[in-house]
Amino acid sequence: MTEVTKIDGIGSSVRRTEDKKFLTGKGRYTDDINRPGQVQAYFLRSDVAHAEIKSIDTKAAQSAPGVVGVFTGSDIAADKVGGPICGWVVPCRDGSSTKEPPHPLLAQGKVRFVGDAVAVVVAETMEQAKSAAELIDVDYNELTPVVDFVNADEGAQIHEEVPNNCYFDWELGDESATNKAIESAAKVVKLSVRNNRLVPNAMEPRSALAEYDSLDESYTLHTTSQNPHLTRLVLAAFMFAIPESKLRVIAPDVGGGFGSKIYVYIEEAVCVWASKKIGRPVKWTADRTQAFLTDCHGRDHVNDVQLALDENNKIIGLRVDTVCNLGAYLSAFSVVVPTILHGTLLSGQYDIPAIYTNVKGMATNTVNVDAYRGAGRPEATYLLERTMETAAKEVGMDPAEFRRINFIPKDAFPYQTQVALQYDIGDYEPHLDKAMEMIDYSNFEKRRAEAAKRGMYRGIGMSSYIEACGLAPSAVVGALGGRVGQWESASVRVNPTGTISVFTGSHSHGQGHATTFAQIVADKLGIPMENVEVIHGDTDKTPFGMGSYGSRSLASGGSAISKAVDKIINKSKKIAAHLLEASEDDIDFKDGKFVVGGTDKEKAFGEIALAAYVPHNYPLETLEPGLEENAFYDPTNFVFPSGTHIAEVEIDPATGVVEVVDWAACDDFGNLVNPMIVEGQVHGGIAQGIGQALLEDAHYDENGQLLTASYMDYCMPRADDLPSFKVGYTNTPCTHNDLGVKGCGEAGAIASPPALINAVIDALSPLGVTDMSMPATPQKVWKAIQESQSVAAE
Amino acid sequence: MGEISLKLNGKLETKDVADNTLLIDFIREHVGLTGTHVGCDTSQCGACVIHLDGVSVKACTMLAKQAEGSEIVTIEGLADGDELHPMQQAFHENHGLQCGFCTPGMVMSAVEMVTKNKNISEDEIRKGLEGNICRCTGYHNIVQSVKAGAAKMGG
Amino acid sequence: MYSTKYIKPNSTSEALEAIKSMGEGKFLAGGMTLIPTLKQRLASPDGLVDISGCDLDSISDEGDTIKIGAMTKHASVAESGLVNEAIPALAKLADGIGDRQVRNRGTLGGSVANNDPSACYPSAVLALKAIVHTNTRSIEADEFFTGMFETALEENEIIEAISFSKPTKANYVKFPNPASRYAMVGVFVAQFNDGVRVAVTGAGEGGVFRHAEMEAALSSNYNADALSALEISSDGLISDLHASPEYRANLIKEMTKRAVV
Repeated sequence: MTEVTKIDGIGSSVRRTEDKKFLTGKGRYTDDINRPGQVQAYFLRSDVAHAEIKSIDTKAAQSAPGVVGVFTGSDIAADKVGGPICGWVVPCRDGSSTKEPPHPLLAQGKVRFVGDAVAVVVAETMEQAKSAAELIDVDYNELTPVVDFVNADEGAQIHEEVPNNCYFDWELGDESATNKAIESAAKVVKLSVRNNRLVPNAMEPRSALAEYDSLDESYTLHTTSQNPHLTRLVLAAFMFAIPESKLRVIAPDVGGGFGSKIYVYIEEAVCVWASKKIGRPVKWTADRTQAFLTDCHGRDHVNDVQLALDENNKIIGLRVDTVCNLGAYLSAFSVVVPTILHGTLLSGQYDIPAIYTNVKGMATNTVNVDAYRGAGRPEATYLLERTMETAAKEVGMDPAEFRRINFIPKDAFPYQTQVALQYDIGDYEPHLDKAMEMIDYSNFEKRRAEAAKRGMYRGIGMSSYIEACGLAPSAVVGALGGRVGQWESASVRVNPTGTISVFTGSHSHGQGHATTFAQIVADKLGIPMENVEVIHGDTDKTPFGMGSYGSRSLASGGSAISKAVDKIINKSKKIAAHLLEASEDDIDFKDGKFVVGGTDKEKAFGEIALAAYVPHNYPLETLEPGLEENAFYDPTNFVFPSGTHIAEVEIDPATGVVEVVDWAACDDFGNLVNPMIVEGQVHGGIAQGIGQALLEDAHYDENGQLLTASYMDYCMPRADDLPSFKVGYTNTPCTHNDLGVKGCGEAGAIASPPALINAVIDALSPLGVTDMSMPATPQKVWKAIQESQSVAAE
Repeated sequence: MGEISLKLNGKLETKDVADNTLLIDFIREHVGLTGTHVGCDTSQCGACVIHLDGVSVKACTMLAKQAEGSEIVTIEGLADGDELHPMQQAFHENHGLQCGFCTPGMVMSAVEMVTKNKNISEDEIRKGLEGNICRCTGYHNIVQSVKAGAAKMGG
Repeated sequence: MYSTKYIKPNSTSEALEAIKSMGEGKFLAGGMTLIPTLKQRLASPDGLVDISGCDLDSISDEGDTIKIGAMTKHASVAESGLVNEAIPALAKLADGIGDRQVRNRGTLGGSVANNDPSACYPSAVLALKAIVHTNTRSIEADEFFTGMFETALEENEIIEAISFSKPTKANYVKFPNPASRYAMVGVFVAQFNDGVRVAVTGAGEGGVFRHAEMEAALSSNYNADALSALEISSDGLISDLHASPEYRANLIKEMTKRAVV
């Protein structure tokens, strides 16, 4: 752990300013907020996966004790309220576009997954609402559910608008060049992998509290969102057709998101709608079962990979054919995750002259699938790094060496990949070397032998990942089918006494923005961090912003703040020049002081602030009073963090239990603003990756029932499932933002699953095991050992 | 319905509650202390951990009536005025929290664990946190925090 | 939770009167299973009779047995000097049930009366030749468990205490379900002068059961090697997402081997 330091600036591990409220129980999450007269909403959900609704009888529920309203899809339709929208679409191979079926707020005519909302009951208490919901009689005509997404094209059609249950069939890269490379290759390594379906499981379940003010016909919505402005935009413009100014969205303290709180969900929209209908504040909070059933899930891909090598084991081509499950409706980012955020990452850290990928996005009778920590990039990294390891073993090379000879050389940057992205900078050997050193790679075989003496199988596995994050250049996003800009905003208000209020369009739900952002401002202005306050999460306070996801907060949000502070400094220089009777060009700003170069004449930052607000001696004819600046930062490129993670495991052959015994992570995130917070992000990401690789699996049965709908069956990583982690860094600062920063939030979740599965396979390699799917549960590993032994016996 | 009376963070609370009121709802809704959270329905996540007569329990898995006459401490009652409890301070210094949602339960579990075992080992800490789920931190810094907290508490 | 009535009597006789006065009443012990069941509206009793005030939480040494009150919490058993002295395996079992919060509330009687197929305690009851004392009679362990979630308890019969025989040697080893942490397989092995008893929990479709073949093998040779040649049948074992009957059969053997030390 990094030491406590008194310096507040960029690069120091300042303890978080937001901690105290959380540590003393004074955090304020949506469900902690109550409004006078509030009523509770409870959603009656479909218990069948695929059915026509023949009728809904709500009569008995309407008159149940405490009930103030019962509504169904027909009420929503009568008020012409729209549903959630898809924020990004892609073109299909046949020239058509992504098929976008409607997603009504409450089911209209059909239910499409277990958990689909059929009706909402609003009552004085949650218990009354639940009791009333039990009185609603829904008559279903059940249809055959589509659960197996790989063969979903053969299943019953789920949406009229989506033939063959295929939302899109997208491609990227040069197919003929890639196929040629494969045909002419000295060796082609083939691998099929599955990226298991995950449930994000932010510890705070989703919640919404909506209030309508009839006086000025406006709404206030408190909600668990990673991007309150986007929530406002979608609700106001696409659902309710009201001016955005009539809707205030507040995302107060939010208890984790990991992607699952990006989107506008039907529940918050229904609460907004019902708050006017009923004339009282309406609150809804999910229980964990509803979270499992209705939060967007993540991953759920199968990928067929062909990697072509020349006679020197250099990669000459890569083809990846992917089918992915997008669930019952298209969620906001569901389309971009398996396409743009996946296909463009397939070059990894490697110099690959020909790449082609095809992705089919399928509809099924399961809940929507969308972004979950990493979103597309873990899937790309998993298939690539599993294939790299497999290839190394097949050609008889050390996996590290095989990667090394295929790395993009450090003098090749900026490097144009064959899948659209241009990496601005990177240097991959140093993090590989350092990670190997951290885990003592060279002595591994000794440890393997020692473990074998104890009857344990020890294995080591690595993964060298790249990610594109810091979403994103808006023009690029637009060209690729995105329907929003991807800039970020900041407003920096210097108060008359020199304290600072920073308003960011970014949103913190655990990432520590209040600290990191304040460090940037404090560092740039040379003032103590205590003088800087960061405000986020309220559309009435902050400038329009895009929120936090895709490891974008620092690279995009931090850069916007940095830009706004630059504007403050520029204006301050003008004020200082006036006060110091010097030319603006002669003013230097250093350590919080404006100095006339070569003299001892100076003004402190606080004096400038005061002068701006008390402009008695001030160049009013050329300069406005006040000191407040806005900035909108639109990045010119993605940022490209990279790194190498190495996992070491021991497997007990008698039980199949995989123990993670060591972990080394060496990442290049560019410059670090707060290393302590970065380290925490890495830890959390690795834990989620270990969860994916060893423990977690969202499992629907053939009827579309989610069998893992609670912590009784969905295996969440707990403290005793995980080791402590060794974390290190290399640094190639980002070339296109002022701070030289990349992103760190998703890296751990991207890097870790293939490292771990590679280690598991390595451990079992003496038994002849060459493949293992995620999650590598004890039962699965035990079975693989049994099968390898029976093969050996034959 | 019926009256219950208990001591919550040193203050006597007497309220009329329905017999089926959960202790967590009594604390959050009836008394209005919202630091104790609800993160699951199956008594596993531990966001609701409080101290009941000196031991840690999950407030979501008890009726308020079962706590009649008891002494309860929640996360709001841990600090001494403005001075954080050593365990709270350790979580702050070791970055043992991110989103903060599981934190109150984590801290309450940690305090009990360390009170019973001052020289607690890393393995014992990990095992001891079995009933508390965190999705943000990967537990690494929580374990460091509990270790540091134990040292501050006189381990 | 549906609305219900809560009563906390001061003795078992008052508790029995209370439950008889209800249409459908349930005894509430630690509530570690019952409260979550009620929260999910999977049961709707007219009333709950909390027996925590009935003075059923003592631990005593009765010579050949250790007698533990039904309302004794898992944490108390785990920390009890008497139990640790006489039957350390039982203390170890109690110390591994659920998580620390469950151990601080959950009770022996509640666990045994519920006979959850993945609960730990039933294996100790069966292996340690326990006698279940109720308000009306004493029931031998072999007669007590009658199937998954089923026991010999009759309506309005309360477990007051359980006497566990002191073994010459005993151990409990569990393989937890990775998600719920309940026993996916738990094996309690107890050696007495007249033979070895092996009780398996978490694995059987009919709940906890004794394993005759392993008992025979260990009775003649109390050593893990004695089990090596045994084929553990997977018939009648639970099949779920986390473990097939074959995997459970493997774990039964493996956990038993680890218990015999």
